[in-house]
Amino acid sequence: MTKALCATFALALAGLPGCKGPGDAPPPAEPAASASAAPVAAAEAPAAPKAKETGPIKVGILHSLSGTMAISETSLKDVALMTIEEINKAGGVLGRQLEPVVVDPASNWPLFAEKARELIQKDSVSVVFGCWTSVSRKSVLPVFEELNGLLFYPVQYEGEESSFNVFYTGAAPNQQAIPAVEYLMSAKGGGAKRWVLLGTDYVYPRTTNKILRYFLHSKGVADDAIMEKYTPFGHADYQTIVADIKKFAASGPTAVVSTINGDSNVPFYKELGNQGIKASDIPVVAFSVGEEELRGIDTKPLVGQLAAWNYFMSIDTPENKAFIAEWKAYVKEKNLPDGDKRVTNDPMEATWLGMHMWAQAVEQAGTTDVDAVRQAVGGQHVKSPSGFDIEMDAKNHHLHKPVFIGEVKADGQFQVVWKTDGPIVAAPWSPFVPDSAKKVADWTFPWVCGNCTEGKYKSASATASL
Amino acid sequence: MSALTTRLGEMHGKRGWIALAATFAVVGVVLPLVHMPDYLVALLGKFFCYAIVAIAMDLIWGFTGILSLGHGVFFAIGGYAIGMYLMLSIGEQGVYRSKLPDFMVFLDWKELPWFWRASDNFLFSCLAALVVPGLLAYVFGYFAFRSRIKGVYFSIITQALTFALMLLFFRNDTGFGGNNGLTDFKQLYGYPLADPHVKLGLYVITVVALFLTYLLCRFLVTAKVGRILRAIRDAESRVMFCGYDPKKYKLFVWTLSAVLCGLAGALYVPQVGIINPSEMQPSNSIEMAIWVAVGGRATLVGAAVGALLINAAKSYFTVALPEAWLYILGALFIAVTLFVPKGVIGSLDKSGRAFS
Amino acid sequence: MRSPTRNRSWLLAALFAFVALAWVGRSRPAWADDTLASDIDHLGSTDPVALHDTVDHLAKAGDARALPALQALDDGKLKMDTAGHAFIDDNGSVKSAVPGANRAPVGALTAVEVDNSMRRELGPALAALRLSAPEKDVRLAAAQELAGHPSDDATVLLRTAEKNEKDPDVHAEIVLALAQVDLASNDANRRLAAVVALQQSGDISFKGDMERLTTKDPQGEFNEPDPRVRQAAAATLKAIENKIALISVVGNLFYGISLGSVLLLAALGLAITFGLMRVINMAHGEMLMLGAYATFSVQNFFAAHFPNHMNWYLVAAVPAAFLLSFAVGVLLERTIIQRLYGRPLETLLATWGISLILIQTVRVIYGAQNVAVANPDWLSGGWQLLPGVVLTYSRLVVIVFSAAVLLFTWFVMNRTKLGLELRAVVQNREMAAAIGIATRRVDMWTFGIGSGIAGLGGVALSQLGNVGPELGQNYIVDSFMVVVLGGVGKMAGTVVGAMGLGIANKFLEPFAGAVLGKIFILGFIILFVQKRPQGLFALKGRFAEVG
Repeated sequence: MTKALCATFALALAGLPGCKGPGDAPPPAEPAASASAAPVAAAEAPAAPKAKETGPIKVGILHSLSGTMAISETSLKDVALMTIEEINKAGGVLGRQLEPVVVDPASNWPLFAEKARELIQKDSVSVVFGCWTSVSRKSVLPVFEELNGLLFYPVQYEGEESSFNVFYTGAAPNQQAIPAVEYLMSAKGGGAKRWVLLGTDYVYPRTTNKILRYFLHSKGVADDAIMEKYTPFGHADYQTIVADIKKFAASGPTAVVSTINGDSNVPFYKELGNQGIKASDIPVVAFSVGEEELRGIDTKPLVGQLAAWNYFMSIDTPENKAFIAEWKAYVKEKNLPDGDKRVTNDPMEATWLGMHMWAQAVEQAGTTDVDAVRQAVGGQHVKSPSGFDIEMDAKNHHLHKPVFIGEVKADGQFQVVWKTDGPIVAAPWSPFVPDSAKKVADWTFPWVCGNCTEGKYKSASATASL
Repeated sequence: MSALTTRLGEMHGKRGWIALAATFAVVGVVLPLVHMPDYLVALLGKFFCYAIVAIAMDLIWGFTGILSLGHGVFFAIGGYAIGMYLMLSIGEQGVYRSKLPDFMVFLDWKELPWFWRASDNFLFSCLAALVVPGLLAYVFGYFAFRSRIKGVYFSIITQALTFALMLLFFRNDTGFGGNNGLTDFKQLYGYPLADPHVKLGLYVITVVALFLTYLLCRFLVTAKVGRILRAIRDAESRVMFCGYDPKKYKLFVWTLSAVLCGLAGALYVPQVGIINPSEMQPSNSIEMAIWVAVGGRATLVGAAVGALLINAAKSYFTVALPEAWLYILGALFIAVTLFVPKGVIGSLDKSGRAFS
Repeated sequence: MRSPTRNRSWLLAALFAFVALAWVGRSRPAWADDTLASDIDHLGSTDPVALHDTVDHLAKAGDARALPALQALDDGKLKMDTAGHAFIDDNGSVKSAVPGANRAPVGALTAVEVDNSMRRELGPALAALRLSAPEKDVRLAAAQELAGHPSDDATVLLRTAEKNEKDPDVHAEIVLALAQVDLASNDANRRLAAVVALQQSGDISFKGDMERLTTKDPQGEFNEPDPRVRQAAAATLKAIENKIALISVVGNLFYGISLGSVLLLAALGLAITFGLMRVINMAHGEMLMLGAYATFSVQNFFAAHFPNHMNWYLVAAVPAAFLLSFAVGVLLERTIIQRLYGRPLETLLATWGISLILIQTVRVIYGAQNVAVANPDWLSGGWQLLPGVVLTYSRLVVIVFSAAVLLFTWFVMNRTKLGLELRAVVQNREMAAAIGIATRRVDMWTFGIGSGIAGLGGVALSQLGNVGPELGQNYIVDSFMVVVLGGVGKMAGTVVGAMGLGIANKFLEPFAGAVLGKIFILGFIILFVQKRPQGLFALKGRFAEVG
């Protein structure tokens, strides 16, 4: 017993110098003084930016490379690395090369928060590109706000948020969900009168369906014409649910709005196909299914099913051709798995857009300092592969995005059946939800907040009272 | 007074008490004074919470022979109890600026469910963190031990318990935040959680809790209760023939260990900043068993050491050599059961008397 | 009074007109051919409105020669050349879309793309044209299509077909299709006849129509003014609702059996190893996973070397998966599990370690993401037992497969020497050893066979869901539950346990949702085990002690 305690004591002593922290295997960039020196941690902060002004700029990449979301997120990591190479080849940013720091939070939400903290505090990255599910974003949000980091979030989401530390390069509901439902209501879309809202059980589908329900009410659809169902992540048995959809559809023209996420999509679409549901009878529009998710499914029974995005690989513009060519060359050069079967999709385009906007903002600000870059990102313009000129809204940290609705073709690509004339401004707070309709997301003076009903500062003339 | 000294002497020899005090001094006093980086404070705090769990597991497995593969559920419930208090403490500073927690807003709920009403009281939440896991364990154990379920069957149904509760908590409709879990905490009893001093304070409280847990368990196992527990582990039927009712003892340690896990969970959540149903997943609970096995069953110290070693290794390897970590962990499971059944600390004690 | 001359002139004029008309009529086919050809070429129009009009026109014209072109349009096989003529591209062989025309394509071919709104038009249009086809099956399918998608344009053709149709099945469908059109008629008697016809058909897809007829509009007036029609509609609605309830039961039964068969495959191997060695093998899920990956590898092998026989790769995958899992199981037993004999809790932990190693190995070899295992053609689609109950082929085959595996296991257990020895060892190990059975060898073989059966389960799982390194983790708790519920020592226990759990799960699902249903069942099992720790079917006697 005594021996055991002595052993423990010895271990504790031995562990002290090593207490710089586990995971130190990559050579620490910070000076060794950080652990044993007396100065409080806060005193190191002024020293750090000086060290960062030369040498590579670190860029964090926070995407699941394993687990249920890996099917969607791995390509985002790949395209981020490709864009970094592209920027580096063109001379880097501020004359400095970009250095990626890739971590794998493994579809585990608490691990996302832990890895985000590590990226900002230990690896001292200047910006993070990451997250897919809204759960992961909500898990890392407190970390970014506490440590004043910068996150570019490339995936369509449910809105109802606008953080000082996040730039949203994916679609808000009014740039994806609402136009899709309007299309399905129209004669061309099938004139749906009954709605099945089917999703994975977490914040994004729940919130999106809440917004859609209010929207449908505003269009005169009653609650008994709406069926809402949720399944957990990784759910694979959709027999009963597909049968229920058929039963529900017996009473009138029906459309299904699917917010199923991750690899559950594969068994869901297989069951749809096997039970003989045709897109011309019961159209299914999905918000989280793109070219990448269709790669793993036999798409013949799915011909005609729909998706709504702000970009499709099949869009015919010279910019898109160049983007796809660059991607295919990159895949070949790095020998990525599945070679020439790899595809591009909306979140990949959004990642690419976000990276270029950030790089432009850093050039404009002349520094990687988060507060300076944040001011500079608003108002940046980038020409997207979709052919449209995309702008980052200076007020609400969202992009102005065009909307495309596409039908699945037998080859796994999408055929665009409807699109907006030009980019739409994002409305992070949905005007259809009574509580949200009053809220404003505007980080410019005099509002300076992401979710308030009245400005933080009354007006320009009120500065005297501050 | 002399009775007390005798009793204390039974717990440890003089050298043992000195070693214990010295370790506490290093870990609980010296380390906080040295300026550890922020994330390290939280990391060590997390490890020490796990050590409390490991000691609780050792109590039921090493000393009583009950292998639970679902103890994570008690840990998680303790965490949720405090998490609920922390959620309500956010007040209107959340993303939606509502009195209700954020996840209730997106579920379109208009008011707090009944089981949330009392969670704005700190004392109540602390008690709930201890009492609710204890109650669950008591009910479960009462029926299980009464039907004389033992061995692998018992382990399997503890797995079923944690799995079922995990599924329940993953449902958004259940009202505990579903997949998101409870997060975005701002303050604990008025103290802002982002403040490094508060983090240090939580760390010190965890260390104190760890040592108190250890002393409590050491007290128990060196008392007559401890001898009966070991007897139950070794030959339960004979214990019955000797006139003792094993059910009562098993139920007692089972409930106690659940309460200790609840305590660990309650200390864990403010330091980590999030509680999520994946804490209840079966693999987490199985890992808790390996901490005890590696450190040494029926040693208490060994369990704590095992927990620290394995979690430190995990943190290191998942960054340095992520591909290798699962191999190492798997090999550890196999090696420990095959070659080092007594565990690291257990093997150190060649005489075999120190841990009786 | 007319003069004979004038009468003669009129006669001559009439004769001339008649001859002229005959002449024109005679040459009409050629004139119509030109219109048909130009109509078909218009199918390549990029203007959606023009396209819709063309399809409408072709449907109304009723010329069956337009069928191949329209069908090709629906299938995505219609292509236009640079001269604006339409062609059908059938997997490489290109011919003109206008039947009888002998044209070669000029320049490159571009596909004509259709969207859902076009498909909604094409469906009834194609069906209308097929109403006059010579083959009964084609007419029947066409009539069913029109019954499912009533379209006003098809009404005229339908009425003609109704008069001419001799076959009773086809005729019934045509009547149904017309009945739906009649529902909107102004004549109450026709509406009543239509409702009666729909009721007799027993088809549930008219539920919406019946609901509309029995309810009131927003102003408070009944949608249907005539009370007789309302009454008939109410009766029809009741019949439909009863039928839907029946369909639910039958559907849930099938889904339950299907789920049960999957659970059976997953748990059978575990029941055997646990029954024999009283060891819970936590790596059992990984045996399933290895079987699924073996299937994936065989698929790749076939794709590389026998691309023309891809439909049969599953047949080769079955023995491959069995052998792989069998080999891994035997290896594990000999190296690790054997040494932990008599220490069930340690074995539990050691096998968990093995499962971690197996998962990581698969991740390193195949990658962390899911791999795509394609269903062969004969497993896609389903058979419609009742409207609303589709028995998908993949699940039907899995049910048959699990029965086959069960039969194989029964055969091994009851008709082979190994099975005899195994049963002896399960009942009383010491006694069996005493009479000369090599118990250690029996252990090895049994563990191998149990793992091999799990591998077979993996083959089935690869066809139904995703295949990834974590596949086994999803089934381990369920397999335990089946074994605990069913008891060990008798195969009947595993079968009843698996089927019971599957069916219970599926019957609970419509009421409580998939997740709550599963939770209830887990709770039930936890309580059940308290009452009856040895499971449903237990071996009797002193030696069958639990734990």
